[in-house]
Formats: sequence, C-alpha cells, structure tokens
Amino acid sequence: MLDQTFAVIVMNVRSIPDRFWMSLVTIIGIGVVVAVLLAFLAMGNGFRATLQGSGSDDMAIVMRSGAQSELNSVLMAEQVNLIATAPGIASDQSGPVISAELYLIVDAVKRSTQTQANLPFRGLSIKGVEMRDNISISEGRMFEPGKNEIVVGRAVLSEYEGFELGKKISLGKAAWEVVGIFDAPGSVFASEIWTDGLTLQSQFNRNNSYQIIRAKLANAGDVKPIEEFIENDKRLNLEVGTEKDYFSSQTKGTGDLIFKIGIPLSIIMAFGAIAGSLNTMYNSVAQRTTEVATLRAIGFSSMPVFIGTLVESLVLSLIGGVVGSIAAYLFFDGLTAATLGASFTQIVFDFQINSATMVNGIVVALIIGFVGGVFPAARASRLPVVAAFSAAQ
Amino acid sequence: MSADVLFELKNVDKKFVRGKETITIFEDLNMTLDRGDFIAIMGPSGSGKTTLLNMLGGVDRPSAGKVTFAGEAISSLSESDLAKWRADHVGFIFQFYNLMPMLSAGHNVELPLLLKKMSKAERHKHVAAALKLVHLDERASHKPKELSGGQQQRVAIARAIVTDPDLLLCDEPTGDLDRATATKILEMLQMLNQEFNKTIIMVTHDPEAAKFAKRQLHLDKGQFVDKEI
Ligand SMILES: Nc1ncnc2c1ncn2[C@@H]1O[C@H](COP(=O)(O)OP(=O)(O)OP(=O)(O)O)[C@@H](O)[C@H]1O
Ligand SMILES: [Mg+2]
Repeated sequence: MLDQTFAVIVMNVRSIPDRFWMSLVTIIGIGVVVAVLLAFLAMGNGFRATLQGSGSDDMAIVMRSGAQSELNSVLMAEQVNLIATAPGIASDQSGPVISAELYLIVDAVKRSTQTQANLPFRGLSIKGVEMRDNISISEGRMFEPGKNEIVVGRAVLSEYEGFELGKKISLGKAAWEVVGIFDAPGSVFASEIWTDGLTLQSQFNRNNSYQIIRAKLANAGDVKPIEEFIENDKRLNLEVGTEKDYFSSQTKGTGDLIFKIGIPLSIIMAFGAIAGSLNTMYNSVAQRTTEVATLRAIGFSSMPVFIGTLVESLVLSLIGGVVGSIAAYLFFDGLTAATLGASFTQIVFDFQINSATMVNGIVVALIIGFVGGVFPAARASRLPVVAAFSAAQ
Repeated sequence: MSADVLFELKNVDKKFVRGKETITIFEDLNMTLDRGDFIAIMGPSGSGKTTLLNMLGGVDRPSAGKVTFAGEAISSLSESDLAKWRADHVGFIFQFYNLMPMLSAGHNVELPLLLKKMSKAERHKHVAAALKLVHLDERASHKPKELSGGQQQRVAIARAIVTDPDLLLCDEPTGDLDRATATKILEMLQMLNQEFNKTIIMVTHDPEAAKFAKRQLHLDKGQFVDKEI
C-alpha cells in the first residue's frame, strides 16, 4: 500500500509542470492570501507588543474616574499632593516616587503624507523621566526645567518633520528647541515629545492641572492600598491601575480592529484561493483520467489515487504558503507603521513576523490546499476503470 | 486444444442505460475459453468487443449472469477483491499503450510489482527480465515520449507480463501501429502464448493481426460465430 501510494504521489507531483501556468496561478493565489494574512498578524503583533512594552507592572497610573485614557483625564495639584501621601507607593530619599504628568496633543507634519497629525506632548519632571526604565538619551541631552526645551522620541524623529536635534519648532504659542533624542525601544513613549511639566503648564495655560499621576508601587502589581486610599477620601474622584493593565486596555480597540479587518479579509481571499485550487486540481484529475483508470485496471486501489491527488494539492499549497510567508517577511517584517492609538494620537510600531506567525501562514495554506484537493481527489478515486480502454491519450 | 477451461460465461446480459434508453449489448451469452488459447475477437464497431473484454478483465460487470475464472465467480467479487484479482491474474495491453508519461520505461514496468510483497531488488530483477523479453533492456531509463509507438507498446507488454499473469487482454494492441511494427508486436504475443503459455484474448479490427491468433471469434449482434483458422 505504501509503495503504491508513493508511486502515485510521485506521478502526481511530477505532472505539476504539465499544468505549469495553472499551478503557478494557484501557488500565487495561495501565496497572496498567506502574505496578506501575515501582514495583518504582523501588524497586530507589533501593535500589541509596542503597547505592552510600554507598560510595567510596578508602575501605577492614577487618573480621573472614567477617563479611560490619559487625554480625557484631568486632575488638580491638590489631588496630586493627596495621592503622594497614599500608602503602597515606593519612596526614596526625596519622598514618594511619583510623577504628575501633563499630556496634550500638538500638530506636527508627517513626513510620509505631508499632512498634520496629532503628536503627544508630555510634560513631566526629571524624576518622572528617571522612573521609567528603558529610556535613554541617544543624542544631545535631557531638557532642563524652566526652559523651552524638548526631547524627542526616536520614532517621532523618523515619522515627523522638523524635530532634528538643534531645530527650533513652534508648538502652541511658544517656540521650543530640540535638545535631545531619546530611545524608548518598543514603547509608545518613542512616539512622544517631552518637556518639563511646569514649563508646559505655563506655556499652555494649564496652571495647576495635570492629566495623570504615575506612581512607583512598593509591591509590583499591588494597587490595592492606593485604591482603598482613594475610596476613603471624597475629594479623590480618581481611579488607579497598573501601567501594564492601562496599556493592554488601550491596545484592545485598535488591536481588535486590526484583527477584525484582517481576519475576514483573509477568509474571503482564502475562498478565492480555494476556488483556484479546486479548478487546478479538477483539471489535473481530468488530464489524468486515463492514467488513473489504467492504474486501477492494473490493480491499484482507490486510496493511493485519492492520496496522490490530495498530496499534489498540498504540495502546491505548501509552495504557495512558503512563498507567501517569505514575501511577507521580506516586505513587512520590521516595516514601521503609525496608527491611531488610544487618545487619537499616533503610535508608531513595527510589523513583527516571527517563525510562529510564518507557521500559521503555512498552516492556512495547507488548509486551503486540503479543501481544494479533497473533492478532486474523491473524484479521481471514483473514476470508472473502463475509462482506461476508451480514452485516447 | 486443451480441455482446461479458464473462463466460463453463463447467461450473461449486458445493458447500458443512457437516460431513458436502454442499450442491450449482450443477452444470454454463454461461452467458454480455454487456458493457453490465443483468441482474436473481431466484429463491427459497436458490437461489444471492448465491453466483453472489460467483463473478462474484471473492470466491468455483467448486468446479469455469471463470469467464472478458473472456477471463481469474478462477477460477484467486491471492488477491492476484484482489484486484487486483476493484479494477480490479468495483464492489460491497450491500443494507446497507456503508459504513465511521468515515469521511465523501467518504472512503468515496475508499477504492477508495487502491488506485490517484493523487495526493491527483486522488483528490479523482474523489471529487467521483462524488458529483456521485449528487447528494450537498454531503454529502461527512457520516458515514454522518447520512445516510438512500437517501443511504447513493447514497454506496455513488459508491464503486462512482469507479474507473470495467466491472462493477457489486448484491445486493438496494433491499432495505432504500422504493419511492420504491428507484426513484431504480434509475433511477440504469439511467443508469449507459445513459450510462456499465456492465455491471450485480443480484440482487433485487422484480419492480418487476427491471423496470429489460434482462433478467431466473430462477434455479431451479441453472439459469437466461431471460426477456426
Ligand atoms: N459506459 C457506456 N455507457 C453507455 N453505452 C456504452 C458504454 N460503453 C459502451 N457503450 C455502448 O456499447 C456498445 C458497444 O461498445 P464497445 O465499446 O464494446 O464496442 P466495440 O465493439 O469495442 O467497438 P469498437 O470496435 O469501436 O471499439 C456501443 O454502442 C457503445 O456506445
Ligand atoms: Mg472497442
């Protein structure tokens, strides 16, 4: 049985070049489906990784109750002072490790489209900068408090015009000087510009108000003490969560959207690819009617004929899947994209294609090949044996 | 002629239903064929020669009646038993050779052996012997399209005899060949019948080809008219 199956598989696969163009179209069709699917998966993965990379478990975010995102939140200096006294927050020589931050949106020109887009402008203290891991100045220096100086995230530099080191740029009513470029690999902060919080307050007339508080937790992940503290004080209409939770809730919208568009689109295209593969395989069976009938006359059973046709289809789809995955990898992996994140700001992230996504793509290709091959294979295995005598080759 | 009966057809009917129409090819056909015979079946086109050959070869079944081969009722075997029976007892030779275009001559000849429990080395030995018998031992690695029609038919003969079956069924084996080539093929069949005692049933239109057989049967209106040479 193995020998006969193997022989039929060899015959089927070797006959693929007979249907060269048709087989090529099938391979390309499947390859395109896989490439598109992988592009969406890569986008979703990259987006997710960026937002999750931004959040840490030992950092709490405090904002106005129901605000959901930084931009919608507002809190006053008195509330900041109260939170500073809350239990559960880590402290160092200079007191509790917290950072009250302003977060506003300014217009900047995108390099790619030459149009205005929303760029997040964060005001924070030097302490606020130091609280974050993974932030480093790679060119120039950190901003100085009290001066109209900004440091610019690496991704901003590549996506927007006019943020090169030493440039002066007008944002709001004032002019700002770019004094440093910072790296924040895999984090949303790379898509932001930063300055001193008090300076930003005065330049944008936000006296005494902030958007959020970041607080280093005494025990990683444990926001309970702060939560209870807020509940017990009527003046504090606030909510608290870890930074990690905050960012993963922010991913949901856009991340889901990427998958909600990508998956149905891929499915629709997959049906097209299945149709193409069915067509090719029915053709293959029709071309080999005499061959199959002759094998059956010789005494081959129908199973090897079935398997041979199915394997031919799987081979075509495997080639398509591999080609599609490689194409997706070459075109999309590491490609940088910007999308609207939460707060309607632009988040810059990289497409990520790893071996697991590529395996997914190949599995999808094989499913297409299986569905596209199984019906023609059934037809091949049921061809009448007498056809061996009637058809001329 | 030996009295050893190989085939026996009893009250065989064969009808084809096409839409509302029923075509009766055979009605109450009775005949016996002896082991070691070489029979040429002749008759006008559409008289049912191929249909008969198909029933004898176990690739088609009578609508009614019984076909027995060496005492075994092949007409009532299951599909898979019938496939096994064909592999064990029948070698087919077709008008258009029906070689697998993707396989070399040697691999084509090897195909029926894949159904046997046989080592690769044994298979190669049998393939070489069969190809030698048809004088094509030097063409084993050639693809069918690199061979002439006559050579292809010889490969097909090698394929038909490689498992050493009792029976060779040929449908117009020389129908696509010129006279000289046809003669070589027919001499080869004659040799297989005389030296290897293969029972051969050959359908042909060609009276010259039929002369190579021991017996000619003329099929007319679903019945045989026996003609001894
Ligand atoms: N599968 C089938 N369905 C319907 N009719 C069939 C089928 N096979 C054969 N026939 C009919 O049966 C009759 C006998 O066919 P068959 O092929 O046996 O003739 P033949 O004697 O071999 O003719 P030829 O010399 O042309 O090969 C023909 O009329 C043919 O149309
Ligand atoms: Mg015929």
